[in-house]
Amino acid sequence: MSSPSSNAASVSTSASTTTIHLTVNGRTRTLSVEPRRTLLDALREDLHLTGAKPGCNMGQCGACTVLLDGEAVYSCLALAIECQHQAITTIEGLAHDDQLDPVQQAFIDHDALQCGFCTPGQVLALKSLLLRDPHPDDDAIERAMAGNLCRCGAYPKILAAARSLAGRAS
Amino acid sequence: MRPFEHLTVQAADEAIQALAGGDGGNTRLIAGGTDLLPLLKDGLVNPGRLIDIKPARALRHLTFDADGSLRIGALTTLAEIERSSQLAERLPLLRQSVVDAATPQLRAMATVGGNLLQRSRCWYFRGPFDCWLKGGTVCYMRDGENKYAAIFDQGPCRSAHPSDLAPALVALDATVSISGPAGSRTTPVAEFLAPPTNDERVEYRLRPDEMVTEIRIPAEAIAGHGVYLKAMDRRAWAFALVGAAAQVTILDGKVARARLVFSAVANVPWRATAAEALLVGQTLTPDLAAQAADAAIAGASPLAHNGYKVPLARELARRAILAAANLWTETN
Repeated sequence: MSSPSSNAASVSTSASTTTIHLTVNGRTRTLSVEPRRTLLDALREDLHLTGAKPGCNMGQCGACTVLLDGEAVYSCLALAIECQHQAITTIEGLAHDDQLDPVQQAFIDHDALQCGFCTPGQVLALKSLLLRDPHPDDDAIERAMAGNLCRCGAYPKILAAARSLAGRAS
Repeated sequence: MRPFEHLTVQAADEAIQALAGGDGGNTRLIAGGTDLLPLLKDGLVNPGRLIDIKPARALRHLTFDADGSLRIGALTTLAEIERSSQLAERLPLLRQSVVDAATPQLRAMATVGGNLLQRSRCWYFRGPFDCWLKGGTVCYMRDGENKYAAIFDQGPCRSAHPSDLAPALVALDATVSISGPAGSRTTPVAEFLAPPTNDERVEYRLRPDEMVTEIRIPAEAIAGHGVYLKAMDRRAWAFALVGAAAQVTILDGKVARARLVFSAVANVPWRATAAEALLVGQTLTPDLAAQAADAAIAGASPLAHNGYKVPLARELARRAILAAANLWTETN
């Protein structure tokens, strides 16, 4: 979570706009934000990466899920200024050229979405699980996906997509 | 969210120095931020300065000492407790208490220290109501929509404590280490968490210039076995309707030590000492567990819409006591 430097000094920032550096999808991005800027707003408003969605903005829906060092988190509850030493992955960073990430492809193959609003968060929550555990059982999948609401009710198909990935990896 | 200055520190002593500015609570520490950010967004706290303590890596550890006791750094995340194979083996109660708390995303961010400092989830507190806990004169929970309210009356406020981890810590006789400008102090979690009073309308006892650094669990508590049972109104991502943490030590066929602590029935974790007293020195049987469960809910005074919590707490207590002693089956 912190800089690897052991003698790193305290850093003080005024309440007004300051320059920060974020590593997003492998690229270092420099932006000017106030300390109160959430990671979600920095991604969407400053970097125009609109894959992470603002749903509830209070950590109660999961639509804003991104990965910090591979761990799924709610970007609406993180301050951008505090994410400068972690690798941030958004849905825009999963595909490489024309090659979708296997999780994205599995969602398409299993029709695991309807309106799609929650889908970036669902995909990243599942991605985080598979990074830790390539062969999750149903209980592990359901637990890993418990923090992402889908108001269309695509849960059974999301589970099917996840199962196919767990099987494919085995 | 109102604007605030932001400070990043690398160690607890830097945070203490920064807190010592003497600005009367205008400075707040931020760790996982999973409760603080919603409080900031709702305007329930409006600090002029935030101090990010996440880089203080020395506060992030799970350590079993040679004497069998456990130390947990305040910045340890709930996910780290959940994923610790050592805890799963040696202290299942602690791990069970977090696996159904919140969601994976929140557990990845939320810290143990922050868990003890989370504020009430009462909708009158969180919402646009000038309730007593926020400095007003009325607890709207008493005569309002009180389905989730406390069933034990501890004072002016009727909100129910939301933490799953905290009752487990109380059942394990955990202490909390606190650092401040005058040095360090240690206090039981059971006293650190205290019902809000007229003078201190908050569920914990921490001065604005202090910080939580560590949780300690003594070896004699770890020597027992325990469970945490949580009732929710849906299968995932819900605060407890009622939770029951039980940790029991059985020696020579008799209960040598018993702790039974509820979540979500009072302003803070509720230790059922009368139930514990019935168990100690006895051979644990299903009948005895039922008697203890009856004792555990004695004195409850439910409101108009939360009466269901009383039998729920009683049955969770009965099952938790039996399960802690490996005696729980569907038929008893």
